[in-house]
Amino acid sequence: MRFLKKFYTFIIFFFLYAPIVVLMIFSFNNSKSRAKWGGFTFKWYAELFRDDEILSSLYYTVIIAVISSLVATVIGTIAAIGIHNMSKVKKTVVMNLTYLPVINPDIVTGISLMILFIFIKLDLGFITLLFAHITFNIPYVILSVMPKLKQLNKHIYEAALDLGATPLRAFWKVILPEIMPGVVTGALLAFTLSLDDFVISFFTTGSGVSNLSITIYSMARRGINPKINALSTIMFITVLLLLIVVNKRTSRKENA
Amino acid sequence: MKTRWIATPYIVWMIIFTVVPLLLVFFFSVTVQTDDGIVFTLEHFKKLMEPIYLKVLLRSILLAFVSTLVCLVLGYPMAMILASSDLKRKNVLVFLFVAPMWMNFLLRTYAWLTLLEKNGLINSVLSIFGIKPLNLLYNNLAVLLGMVYNFLPFMVLPIYSVLSKVDKSVIEAAQDLGANNFKVFTKVTFPLSLPGVASGITMVFMPAVTTFVVPRLLGGAQFTLIGNLIERQFVLVGDWNFGSAISIVMMILILISMGIMSRYETESVEGGFFG
Repeated sequence: MRFLKKFYTFIIFFFLYAPIVVLMIFSFNNSKSRAKWGGFTFKWYAELFRDDEILSSLYYTVIIAVISSLVATVIGTIAAIGIHNMSKVKKTVVMNLTYLPVINPDIVTGISLMILFIFIKLDLGFITLLFAHITFNIPYVILSVMPKLKQLNKHIYEAALDLGATPLRAFWKVILPEIMPGVVTGALLAFTLSLDDFVISFFTTGSGVSNLSITIYSMARRGINPKINALSTIMFITVLLLLIVVNKRTSRKENA
Repeated sequence: MKTRWIATPYIVWMIIFTVVPLLLVFFFSVTVQTDDGIVFTLEHFKKLMEPIYLKVLLRSILLAFVSTLVCLVLGYPMAMILASSDLKRKNVLVFLFVAPMWMNFLLRTYAWLTLLEKNGLINSVLSIFGIKPLNLLYNNLAVLLGMVYNFLPFMVLPIYSVLSKVDKSVIEAAQDLGANNFKVFTKVTFPLSLPGVASGITMVFMPAVTTFVVPRLLGGAQFTLIGNLIERQFVLVGDWNFGSAISIVMMILILISMGIMSRYETESVEGGFFG
């Protein structure tokens, strides 16, 4: 039984990792073939950093992710507080509205936004891409902040007011620090979702503005390109390092 | 706090960017542009019932269904192993299991493209043994493989999280009462894990039935699922009315499957999913 478990785990992990490992190994392959080894090289990495298409989409990916997650975090956190104080009926209506983009298939969200933007004669490009990302990010922020608000002690806000704090100051000094973990989680979630999004971006961008996912898609459609392998390697290692750092941080908190 | 109004900017935003767009999709799906202006029609839905489109619809549902099933069969044992491993190894195993999921979806799909293609690694390994290059790409199996590869973690994680919360003493009680391992599984562990199985099924079926990337890259330009059909109407053909009608059908499909599955999910979120 023990052996069987180990064997099964091995098979599943092999299935998960083999394609990625092969991709990474062949990013160092001197020949353009995907099957024959032509010697070790860094040339695909060099070419990657000279590729204007990839560099510009990397720039847009990061800019959109930063702005959209910040805006979504601000709107979402404020909205969550408002929703938290609503009557039950109103709350249910608004929360269903919040769930709408979460349960809606990405492709439907994408085309519906595309129709809207074209309908109101907004040229597809940076602004529409940003609006779309903010839209699908806000619900995740709200859903991360709401549980923290529920845990919040109602009376500490009142206590702050009784002690003479203005509502804004009470929010800033009392409520925000309490719900901060939820806000940070929501912001991180929004940031990664934005970084990774393909489908919604695909329909809501235009005029030369594309993110990394869209560029990868159009490159992959044209066939195999070792530059994509190099890009994959860099992205996977970056993500892995980030995950390890985040994991270390949270596990240290749990132990403390 | 009397601060209900501060949610107003959000509500306005969501109405403009979520409700209005969906109403527009609905509007386009039931109208047609004629010489006398825009008139109500159901012809787009009727068009979807034509054999060629119906075949696409059925094929999408079938492929999504099979990939969900494969994910369940492969994923359930994995979830059990993850849940039963001792605490220190558990964290590492779960971490390693989740890590590939953080890699860009398109890159993960692209990875299979390079493995399966005619001059790819699998075929060249086979050729060492004198096997002629196989057509591994651009068929149902390649698309299925891509779906299972991408969506397997969505099945494993919810089942794992339910299984690791199962009270160990319940299982011990069953054993004390004389149940063998098989009986413990069928009578205790599996029924207790049903909420996880239900969310796993929803989380795999939904993206599988709507994806257009996996079939486009691994199935080839000719391979059409509902997602590709919608994409084509908006990007290539420009038939927004028909595209909207297909989207509406897809949304209904998703809602039905979620409705069925949510009966088994006990951990519902307050205020969501229609209260």
